[in-house]
Amino acid sequence: MTSTVDAAPYTVEEVCERFDPVMGLEVHVELNTATKMFCGCRNEFGAEPNTNVCPVCLGLPGSLPRVNGRAVEGAVKIGLALNCQVRERSGFARKNYFYPDMPKNFQISQYDDPIVFDGYLDVPLDDGTTWRVEIERAHMEEDTGKSLHMGGATGRIHGASYSLLDYNRAGVPLIEIVTKPILGAGTRAPEIARAYVSALRDVVQGLGVSDVRMDQGSMRCDANVSLMPKGTTEFGTRTETKNVNSLRSVERAVRYEMGRHAGVLLSGGTITQETRHFDEQSGTTSAGRPKETFADYRFFPEPDLVPIEPSAAWVEELRAGLPERPWERRARIQTDWGLSDEELRDLVNAGALDLVADTVEAGAPAESARSWWVSYLTQQANTAGVELAELAITPTDVARVIALVAEGTLTNKLARQVVDGVLAGEGTPDEVVAGRGLAVVSDDSALTAAVDEALAAQPAVAEKIRAGKTKAAGAIVGAVMKATRGQADAARVQSLVLERVAAGA
Amino acid sequence: MSDITRSDVAHLARLARLAVTDDELDVFSGQLDAILDTVGRVSEIPDDVPPTSHVAPLTNVLRPDEPAPSLPREAALAGAPEAEEGRFRVPRILGESQ
Amino acid sequence: MTELTRLSAAEIARRVQAREVSSVEVTRAHLARIEAVDGSLNAFLHVDAEGALAAAAAIDEEIAAGTIRGPLAGVPVAVKDNIATADMPTTCASRILEGWRPPYDATVVTRLREAGLVPLGKTNLDEFAMGGSNENSAFGAVRNPWDASRVPGGSSGGSAAATAAGEAPLALGSDTGGSIRQPGAFTGLVGVKPTYGTVSRYGLVAFSSSLDQIGTFGRSVLDAAMLHEVVGGHDPADQTSIAAPLPPVVEAALAGARGDLAGVRVGVVTELSGEGYQPGVLAAFTDAVRVLTDLGAEVVEVSCPSFTAAMPAYYIIAPSEASSNLARFDAMRYGLRVGDDGSHSTDQVMSLTREAGFGPEVKRRIMIGTHALSAGSYDALYGKAQKARTLIVRDFAAAFEDCDVLVSPTVPTTAFPIGDRVDDPVAMYLADLCTIPTNLAGNAGLSVPCGLSADDGMPVGLQVMAPALADDRAYRVAAAYELARDTSSGTPFASTIPDPAVLENA
Ligand SMILES: [Mg+2]
Ligand SMILES: [Zn+2]
Repeated sequence: MTSTVDAAPYTVEEVCERFDPVMGLEVHVELNTATKMFCGCRNEFGAEPNTNVCPVCLGLPGSLPRVNGRAVEGAVKIGLALNCQVRERSGFARKNYFYPDMPKNFQISQYDDPIVFDGYLDVPLDDGTTWRVEIERAHMEEDTGKSLHMGGATGRIHGASYSLLDYNRAGVPLIEIVTKPILGAGTRAPEIARAYVSALRDVVQGLGVSDVRMDQGSMRCDANVSLMPKGTTEFGTRTETKNVNSLRSVERAVRYEMGRHAGVLLSGGTITQETRHFDEQSGTTSAGRPKETFADYRFFPEPDLVPIEPSAAWVEELRAGLPERPWERRARIQTDWGLSDEELRDLVNAGALDLVADTVEAGAPAESARSWWVSYLTQQANTAGVELAELAITPTDVARVIALVAEGTLTNKLARQVVDGVLAGEGTPDEVVAGRGLAVVSDDSALTAAVDEALAAQPAVAEKIRAGKTKAAGAIVGAVMKATRGQADAARVQSLVLERVAAGA
Repeated sequence: MSDITRSDVAHLARLARLAVTDDELDVFSGQLDAILDTVGRVSEIPDDVPPTSHVAPLTNVLRPDEPAPSLPREAALAGAPEAEEGRFRVPRILGESQ
Repeated sequence: MTELTRLSAAEIARRVQAREVSSVEVTRAHLARIEAVDGSLNAFLHVDAEGALAAAAAIDEEIAAGTIRGPLAGVPVAVKDNIATADMPTTCASRILEGWRPPYDATVVTRLREAGLVPLGKTNLDEFAMGGSNENSAFGAVRNPWDASRVPGGSSGGSAAATAAGEAPLALGSDTGGSIRQPGAFTGLVGVKPTYGTVSRYGLVAFSSSLDQIGTFGRSVLDAAMLHEVVGGHDPADQTSIAAPLPPVVEAALAGARGDLAGVRVGVVTELSGEGYQPGVLAAFTDAVRVLTDLGAEVVEVSCPSFTAAMPAYYIIAPSEASSNLARFDAMRYGLRVGDDGSHSTDQVMSLTREAGFGPEVKRRIMIGTHALSAGSYDALYGKAQKARTLIVRDFAAAFEDCDVLVSPTVPTTAFPIGDRVDDPVAMYLADLCTIPTNLAGNAGLSVPCGLSADDGMPVGLQVMAPALADDRAYRVAAAYELARDTSSGTPFASTIPDPAVLENA
């Protein structure tokens, strides 16, 4: 019996009085390799339809797949970051089923020997505690094409009269990461589901192997949920909710399915094992078309591809190169730089954390590094309408500018001009300083001459200063700064003015 | 030894997307039965023998992640029974992707 | 038959490159021959006269300018129609691919062109290479040039008939369970299945990927070897391709033709003879083994007990892989589409198209394979077949410890009459009995003609099997045998192939 209630009749708290939820999360991550999993077509989002296709990814007769080594590397990195073991010998397998978005009518995937297996992720929760999610496996496979449903009222599959297929995405490398059953989460199951996907996203982003954009589909989550009556240990029938496109949706989908399952079970019904679809608008799930027959994918070893045996040395090299986990890095940075929670959050939200950290690593003090990125450079990014990280300036450049200010070669004002020059593509900070002739005039004889000239030009002001009205020196300083086109250190000019007046100039 | 019925053939034909006729159900059930009787002899092979899926002594054959030219779109679509808006046009799809 | 269509490929190449004759003249002669006999033989599904003459003219120009692309530059060649060609249709003799033009060339086709060979056209085959008689072609059976009432063998029957009948001096085929060696034996040709992984499969429409291997047909061992060297060698587009130098097969063919097999250990496989073998075939085989002894070879008998499991294992593994490989023919992106009238869904159109587009043998094998891979049968069928494969590999390894090559009849019978076995798939499958073990183990094998059967006057093949990457051993033995055979009969065997022009009047 399939229930199609619109609202889950029970809250998570009510569900957990009678049942223990069991969750399994399957996350597909598209790798950001330059090319597809099995051919040299570009792996890019948003290209004109069917322009990144070739005989291989169109499944044309006679074509053969060729494994992308970089994708294997990405899979192993993800596995290592999830504390998985790397299989000494793993292979590809064909998963056979007919669907028009899949050109060969089989998907090259991995079956009983996934490249990495048996790991875990310690997931930070909102209350500051962590929850260990055990990882069953992560394996490599290829993505499908995309269909556009035509002739229906809503562009949806139901009611459409025909469909149009674009195979640009077909063959894009995917890593499918599968958890072991998550038990004992109780009422926190929805939160844990969200936190896991969020932590996984941060880890993968930290590795740099995927864009992990849930909105663009480069990270997708399927949530398996079942309930077992309290005190029992046998899992209930599960449903698999697909199409969960945001962190918030992950949480909502799990919460909804828990409530719905309880409603069905408590009213004497049974849960149908099926695929369900999450609707972002209503926050509910609905049954997919029931499968006519039990899915029998007839997996068998992919004869066109040979086994993969990652060498221990290579695996250790990748392990040594793993970045800190994002939240651990954040915690360390907060302590090292003495940031408040709010300051840290601002940095993270501005997308500046890595940039600041790299600037600090390049030798700048944390305070100035943070100040440059969150104020002046953020303004420039906003003006240009780009992400902070897309600005044409590197953390090394920013650190150099900060150093030039610290050693007195640049004033803050000049420094901004140097940064403008770098952003305009005029070269490194030193090249801009040289090119624009922006260094502070620190030659005292030249400055002294300029001060004398200004005093001579404004005798009345010079008289006031002589009379002890040192504030009047500002006018002379201004004139000198103007004469040097801003390249003098104003404080130094100020003291020179007083010295020269005292000396009778 | 094996015993392939008409309904087995119908099931296999559905899995394999073959709209077999009634006559074919009869013919194929007899023929598949005979073939499976012959090939079923492999069941005598001892279980402890490891399987062989690949005979060439190869491992770790990988491709560098370097773009190669794709097909011009007209060439990609040239063989299509129907195309529209640069895409392959197909009949209405029942059921979601897996 | 003009003289040019009787010459060996090596001799054509010599004359063209010495400018005694032009490639255009040679190509014209073969096109004329096709024109004359193919109406009866049905060996070609597509002939590209214009393309061939243009290619030949370009080669002639190059040769006139002093450039010779390779040893076979200027020689025409026929290509089995399951090998992708950008300038000709590739149909696999199936309605489902009728008229399909690939947007790319198979690697072997690229290599033919680069070596200056002249592709004449595409040859008939059993649909998707599934069959041993060529009666499973959607575009009509091929006839055997030796006897038009008989099959030429299969699945590369078109390539075999074309080469035997002088329509082409050379041809490419593919061998999954014997599909080159068996028609080679049936039509009196040399047919070679190279070591798996030594000739690129990129562009070969897959039947059974772990067994398929492109190979060559010639009317002499040397011709087959020369073509082998043109198409063979590592190809990154096929990740099962072995990155090792090709065995020196031409050198081995030349060495063999010096006629000495002293020190060569030849194993006669016990399991590949006896009951069910035609007497005339066994007599010709026994005689061939005697010739090998006379040439100085040390002949021993070896047992490969697991070979009895080869046929059942093959008829599980090949259909299993085929059921998956042929899933792509679904009416969505290329090929036939049936039933798209607005009332049918994709699933229905796929099923209607596949039902209409595939012949009965293809459907049978797809269903056997679907069954063998399904959850309830996998362990008992597919899993066991893979285990059988291990035992066959081990048997070969043990035999090759004692022997340099193994020999057997290529086929238990000679070419049978058209229509004889069409209603009995199991009887049909017996034709591959001797050739299948080599495919399952991935090593090399060839068939060289060893006279005619006293039973029916049809040619018999001697199969020579060699270890993986030692194809040259098989060539050496075959070349030595070929020379001794022709010396003792006083006539080159190739010149005894009857002129099928007489078919016109049959
Ligand atoms: Mg998957
Ligand atoms: Zn591609």
